[in-house]
Amino acid sequence: MSRLKILALLPLAAALTGCDYVVLAPAGDIAAQQRDLVIISTVLMLLIVLPVMALTVLFAWRYRQSNTAAPYEPDWDHSTALELVIWSAPLLIIVCLGALTWMGTHLLDPYRTLGRIHADRAVDQSKAPLEVDVVALDWKWLFIYPDYGIASVNELAAPVDRPITFRITASSVMNSFYIPALAGQIYAMPGMETKLHAVVNHAGTYKGFSANYSGAGFSGMNFKFRGLDDKGFDDWIASAKSAGGSLGRAEYLQLEKPSQNEPVRRWGSVDADLYRLILNMCVETGKMCQSEMMAIDAKGGAGHQGLNNTLPLTYDKYARRGAPLGPAPTFVAGACTPDAPQGQTSASITAPLDMAPLTGAGLKRPSFTPLKSSSFFLGPRPKSDS
Amino acid sequence: MSPDLLKLIFGRLGFESLPLHEPIVVGTFAVVALGGAALLGALTYFRLWGYLWREWFTTVDHKRIGIMYMILGIVMLLRGFADALMMRGQQMLAFNGSEGYLNAHHYDQVFTAHGVIMIFFVAMPLVTGLMNYVVPLQIGARDVSFPFLNNFSFWMTVGGAVLVMASLFIGEFARTGWLAYPPLSNIGYSPDVGVDYYIWALQVAGVGTTLSGINLICTIVKLRCPGMTMMKMPVFTWTSLCTNVLIVASFPVLTVVLALLSLDRYVGTNFFTNDFGGSPMMYVNLIWIWGHPEVYILVLPAFGIFSEVTSTFSGKRLFGYTSMVYATVVITILSYLVWLHHFFTMGSGASVNSFFGITTMIISIPTGAKMFNWLFTMYRGRIRYELPMMWTVAFMLTFVIGGMTGVLLAVPPADFVLHNSLFLIAHFHNVIIGGVVFGAFAGINYWFPKAFGFKLDPFWGKMSFWFWVTGFYLAFMPLYVLGLMGVTRRLRVFDDPSLQIWFVIAAIGAVFIFIGILSMLMQFAVSLLKREQLKDVTGDPWDARTLEWATSSPPPDYNFAFTPVVHDNDAWWDMKRRGYQRPLTGFKPIHMPSSTSTGIILAGLATAMGFGLIWYMWWLAAVSFIAMLAVGIGHTFNYHRDFDIPAEDVIRTEDARTKLLAGAK
Repeated sequence: MSRLKILALLPLAAALTGCDYVVLAPAGDIAAQQRDLVIISTVLMLLIVLPVMALTVLFAWRYRQSNTAAPYEPDWDHSTALELVIWSAPLLIIVCLGALTWMGTHLLDPYRTLGRIHADRAVDQSKAPLEVDVVALDWKWLFIYPDYGIASVNELAAPVDRPITFRITASSVMNSFYIPALAGQIYAMPGMETKLHAVVNHAGTYKGFSANYSGAGFSGMNFKFRGLDDKGFDDWIASAKSAGGSLGRAEYLQLEKPSQNEPVRRWGSVDADLYRLILNMCVETGKMCQSEMMAIDAKGGAGHQGLNNTLPLTYDKYARRGAPLGPAPTFVAGACTPDAPQGQTSASITAPLDMAPLTGAGLKRPSFTPLKSSSFFLGPRPKSDS
Repeated sequence: MSPDLLKLIFGRLGFESLPLHEPIVVGTFAVVALGGAALLGALTYFRLWGYLWREWFTTVDHKRIGIMYMILGIVMLLRGFADALMMRGQQMLAFNGSEGYLNAHHYDQVFTAHGVIMIFFVAMPLVTGLMNYVVPLQIGARDVSFPFLNNFSFWMTVGGAVLVMASLFIGEFARTGWLAYPPLSNIGYSPDVGVDYYIWALQVAGVGTTLSGINLICTIVKLRCPGMTMMKMPVFTWTSLCTNVLIVASFPVLTVVLALLSLDRYVGTNFFTNDFGGSPMMYVNLIWIWGHPEVYILVLPAFGIFSEVTSTFSGKRLFGYTSMVYATVVITILSYLVWLHHFFTMGSGASVNSFFGITTMIISIPTGAKMFNWLFTMYRGRIRYELPMMWTVAFMLTFVIGGMTGVLLAVPPADFVLHNSLFLIAHFHNVIIGGVVFGAFAGINYWFPKAFGFKLDPFWGKMSFWFWVTGFYLAFMPLYVLGLMGVTRRLRVFDDPSLQIWFVIAAIGAVFIFIGILSMLMQFAVSLLKREQLKDVTGDPWDARTLEWATSSPPPDYNFAFTPVVHDNDAWWDMKRRGYQRPLTGFKPIHMPSSTSTGIILAGLATAMGFGLIWYMWWLAAVSFIAMLAVGIGHTFNYHRDFDIPAEDVIRTEDARTKLLAGAK
């Protein structure tokens, strides 16, 4: 079905040789399905758009003033039958398109794991998907392979026909992670994680880039995406391993400083916790992670006492100059636990074990018992013991 | 002087803030300064300042304010288009290792300024100007409900434009894209004045837009002449009503979201920061809750213009008036339910994405119905191909393409591959140029003889038309193609040489459009010179159908000597058919609002306050704010707000028209 439509486009493509219509001829199954939707939707809409354009030209020509042979009915301004047609014809198209949209959006949800790797091939359950953590930096891309313990900048490789699971975040501003040949884009946003599942079906080297303007170095924020056969991928991993070097927190803080048109770099080993720290914006040692803050907040927050405890925090390490009328930018110290003194290791930092120091001695801790809905709506609330 | 004192007086402003290192900007400044000096000199030499101040700057006459809006829109179009030419030039040249001729610092400002100027200071003034001019005439009113507010709104819009223009020569403009998404627009990543210029220009202009929206709603609801029920209003008035409802309901959102952003930037709050509970996504949601209705704010009045023009030049009643009105109302309501389609790719769930995708598609149903209504208005008509009708046919053929690509982008999986690509750029230029700009030009050509008493020159009008239309297709069809090649927007340099040819074609298209704009200016100049030949004394040069054509061209200050009474949708057509006779006696004094300089003073102070806040000159901001309060309160003690045009003046004006009409026969 979709093949035929592609064939129909071939003459056009042939006329414009030398151009790579990557959106219409991608190398990955997800992008191919998205392409199919583009084409089916266009054809559906052409069903109504082409007649409208033809009628416009026809009426514009036929009822020109000089054509006195054409009928003229200056007071004809209503026809119930015609009104029914002109409202229901677009409605019918939209009903079809709406159904298509609902299904397509759910089936091609980037957060959804893959059910197939190609139109006629299911996912091979024996192979685990390749996991890649993606970080958009100013202005380059960092790819971490947690399963292999390696990392690279501005180069991404994946084996053909093996599903890939991307977890995506950013260091400072919004970008959009887009490899047109592989799958549709998804934003990379600081402090937030987005996901993408995709698979590449044909070996080759494809373009990847940021599809959301992110500042001065945006134009150079490109990377190569290599679809490799299994052996090629193993070689690529091995060569990264042999490249040596280690990407830890200190190296990352160097790396994330703004730079433009970065060459490809690889690290043979990488701090296993780095991606989590980046996502939670606490790569700097001693800084409280967002997940910790959220864990405290989820338990009711640190309350009034926490105000004194919570120093103003900012993630904007290198550029932050502070609002002219605001407080001087500083940051919160991480809540340390006895077995993880501040600055030593981050792997085990989670929510603080004991909330007492944060809530203070003077105030009661907020009650965590949820309000009983029945008592709230039906009866008097139980007397508070305070 | 000590540095502290300098800082107190000038804030962040210093000699290094002047872009002396940018030869392009310096050259532009030289040209603008020379041109400006020549203009000011000429005004002084011909002693026009008093005339301009009394008759135009302080006027509360909706017709003159409408004309001033149009002039503002056209002047800013030149600036916005210069930015477009620079972008097209840069993208055409920056191949094969070339960096082009613009550095990132300059280029990023250019595309931001282009978007901001074209939407806020070109499209909005053109649309508001047409509504201001035409709506009171169409409903048989003497002015808008709040004439002073109208003058104030106009000058606030000018104040915003002045701040944007100032950023070209003093400091810099934002380098964030036209919607200034945080975190990029937050103080951490944009510490310079650019985003502050953006914020205060839009805040100042936004006040004007909101107030003018309130004003026009009141006017349409309260000031219709006897007999004009809601379902007898001309379609342009209907679309204006819906547009102004959208303005009043959506611009406060823009005001609030920019206020929150300025709090983040000025006092260190964390609404949109990356951490401390801030959420940049909140900004993206809020700005698009304003931003999507904004596109309908622009395009609905254009739809109204096309309805008037089609019906007039087909010599036929508008087909399906009722369904046209309901389609407009449905679009108004639905435009609030679609904002998320601007960021399907930010990780909302599939159900949320489908909901917003489908609501977006639903908007195409009433829009499609409108398209058919115009089509069947032409059916069995006698179409006269004057310029307004030419623009309308060009619109119908162009807009359906933009509508189709728009619905395509509303399919979330399709949007995942096309979002932020040049395909998207082509789409929205397709609907904004093909819809709003063509509509504004149809409106200008249509109502110009009403405003000035002579038609626009058809030769230069046709030149402008053909260059614009071919230029549009040359400039934007290549962008659709590039989008399918996966080329994204706002890139400054390219590494794939095979793309260059498309950018070259697009740049040629931009040059065509440039010739189109020049032809339009030429059209104005030639028409002014040939005004005696192009003169229309009847007040109804197009054999039109609505009330504005019942009065003289240009209309007298009071619009109608006697308030007309309406019996039919096409009120003037109906009057003509029933052998309406102009009343020649019985004139009475006419009660009218007085001119006031308060509007321009308040707007000037607001602009100064914005400038003070941008540069951290706190004293200037404080002084102008207090002065604004003082002037505003002072104005409440101004009791010279209205006057009566004496009956003799009315008689003299109407007798002159009687003579003219007799001479024409």
